[in-house]
Amino acid sequence: MRQALLIALRDLRERARDRTAYVLALVLPLGLAGVFTLILGNIAGDGEVFRYVVADADRGVVATTFTDEVLRGAAANGAIQIRSVPTAAEAQALVDKGEATAAFLLPEGLTEDVTAGRAARIDVVGDVDAPTGTQVARSLAETYTGRLAAVRVAVAATVHSGVTTSPADLAAEAAAALPGTVVAEDTTGRRQLDPKTQYAAGMAVFFLFFAVQSGVTGLLDERRDGTLARLLAAPVRRSSILAGKLLTSVVIGVLSMTVLVVASSLLMGAHWGHPAGVGLLVLAGVLAATGAMAVVAAIAKTAEQAGGWQAVVAIVLGALGGAFFPLEQAGRALEVLSLVTPHRWFLRGLADLAGGGVAAVLPSVAAMTAFAAVTCAVALILFRKVVRP
Amino acid sequence: MTVLSCSGLSRRFGDVQAVDDVSFTIAEGETYGLLGPNGAGKTTTISMITGVLEPDAGEVVVAGQPMSTRAIAAKRLVGYVPQELALYPDLTGRENLRFFASLYGAARSRVDHVLDVVGLTDRAGDLAREYSGGMKRRLNVAVGLLHEPRLLVLDEPTAGVDPQSRNQIMDNVRALAAAGMAILYTTHYMEEAERLCDRVGVIDSGRLIAEGTRRELVEKLGERDRISLLLDGDLAHAAAMLGDLRDVRNVAVHGHGLDLVVDDARECLPVVLSAISSNGVVVRSVEVTEPDLETVFLHLTGKALRE
Ligand SMILES: Nc1ncnc2c1ncn2[C@@H]1O[C@H](COP(=O)(O)OP(=O)(O)O)[C@@H](O)[C@H]1O
Ligand SMILES: [Mg+2]
Repeated sequence: MRQALLIALRDLRERARDRTAYVLALVLPLGLAGVFTLILGNIAGDGEVFRYVVADADRGVVATTFTDEVLRGAAANGAIQIRSVPTAAEAQALVDKGEATAAFLLPEGLTEDVTAGRAARIDVVGDVDAPTGTQVARSLAETYTGRLAAVRVAVAATVHSGVTTSPADLAAEAAAALPGTVVAEDTTGRRQLDPKTQYAAGMAVFFLFFAVQSGVTGLLDERRDGTLARLLAAPVRRSSILAGKLLTSVVIGVLSMTVLVVASSLLMGAHWGHPAGVGLLVLAGVLAATGAMAVVAAIAKTAEQAGGWQAVVAIVLGALGGAFFPLEQAGRALEVLSLVTPHRWFLRGLADLAGGGVAAVLPSVAAMTAFAAVTCAVALILFRKVVRP
Repeated sequence: MTVLSCSGLSRRFGDVQAVDDVSFTIAEGETYGLLGPNGAGKTTTISMITGVLEPDAGEVVVAGQPMSTRAIAAKRLVGYVPQELALYPDLTGRENLRFFASLYGAARSRVDHVLDVVGLTDRAGDLAREYSGGMKRRLNVAVGLLHEPRLLVLDEPTAGVDPQSRNQIMDNVRALAAAGMAILYTTHYMEEAERLCDRVGVIDSGRLIAEGTRRELVEKLGERDRISLLLDGDLAHAAAMLGDLRDVRNVAVHGHGLDLVVDDARECLPVVLSAISSNGVVVRSVEVTEPDLETVFLHLTGKALRE
């Protein structure tokens, strides 16, 4: 063990002199998360506030639920502003003048249609210069009309429980998920991460896979540079050499994640959640990433080849696992596939943490730990080939 | 006392029998040269001796400790200088040494000592990647000395270095041997083997085909010193007369010259020349050939050590 530590310490000393390591582990993820937040930041409700007008020609229970529960609930959180006007024409005029982001036109007979089981419709008129705000409004309206019963329960539950969920999240949840799922998910306390945290966490876990790769690939570097022969001739067990490489990856992974969590909290205002829960998720995620990258390194013939393959694996797993966009916006097939990615479990764990206590992260931690155990075992077996006598 | 003993070492890679039944021993303070062309099996032999590679057959014992890839105790007794430079380019010379010193459990003070031995104290704080080829070679050697091994194994330690670094390395090896270290030295530079090694093993196609001191090898092969003479005068008479000299083993006449096979060319050349001139034969030219390891090698394998 002492020997593994010595090997890891030497690796770390060398990596500490490598500027590209910092770029991959810290600068890129922070930068990209920042960019994502800027582009999509409106959804988060900071900066520009969406100003919506409502023209209610129905005045039935379905219409007032929409305005009073959905819209006013969201407005109470400060994410949107709501203003009621008597007629659709007035509402449209406000949008045309640019004084409103979008207008909800609740048609006469809406309540009747819904209670009679007929297709219901809420019209949305949006400002062409505010596509995001319009999209959010449309999502809200479609969600409400299309999956009325489920959404009503979900939204009401959320709003009443006082959880600060942005309307965009509600809309995204409702639009993408089946009604039953929405209800079930909300009752178990899971919620979506706010966009800033989502992107910060997504980028962090995505680049984590790049950050840890240099540790495990170091074995191939040592073979190329001839130093592996020297390690093999030294009074050191081969398992210690392998353990040293894995340890290097884990230390780099934990360090870079810690810096990213702290930096994104301070600089971007991301809310990661309870430190204990985040710590567990980070550790399990780092182990899983190390295992995945170790398998690739063990299969590759050279460090260069390993680097290329690792990038591909990191990108595919990241995309599948929802590191770039929330999975709820993807199809069902992707959702199932995503279950094999550490990214998915990491992000889900954070969402669970936001909705519940520290213990809520345990299923995700267990899933990532299982992933790590399997991949590390496979990697160790494969690596025996590299140090084979 | 025997420090290294290998017996029946064999190792195959696919179709290539890289090492085939190699046995030899090295005593304390002895420098043993393993001599052979590229691909002869020197590095493979050394890998088995240092516990990097497991032999298919045979065994290695270092100062009483059996060597294997798992033999931690035996590995502590061996210093290894790989053929390929085995250094961390992004660490300084001193950091490279400190790392390996810690792996071997060697005292920190040894780092400064070996830096001094190989003459790198002044550049110890520079990154290894900035070293010249010769300095890298010297650092490569220094790593092998850190833990004061009983057996030092150097695999072509002077490949491609400047004369100054080469001399430094060879001086180091000589001093270590004088201090009692057993040294295994592979090379395909004949001069190095002749200058450094007490004994030489000639390896070709994985087999150790001859072993001994230079003189032993030369004699075993029936190789002798030769003197070639170009003469004006009565050749037949000169030949007959030279054939009677004690040290001359054989005389052959060809054209205007004579070829003599002698026991020791330097010793009997004056005798030969005075005998010729006292018979009125004029010597036009003299050429002396002392068989060296190159000759031995050529004789044994039918090929030159280096092409
Ligand atoms: N790891 C290996 N895999 C396959 N063949 C090898 C390997 N190492 C050495 N060989 C082969 O074994 C033979 C001896 O090689 P080596 O011991 O390196 O010779 P030398 O050091 O005398 O130049 C060569 O034919 C070489 O190609
Ligand atoms: Mg070799």
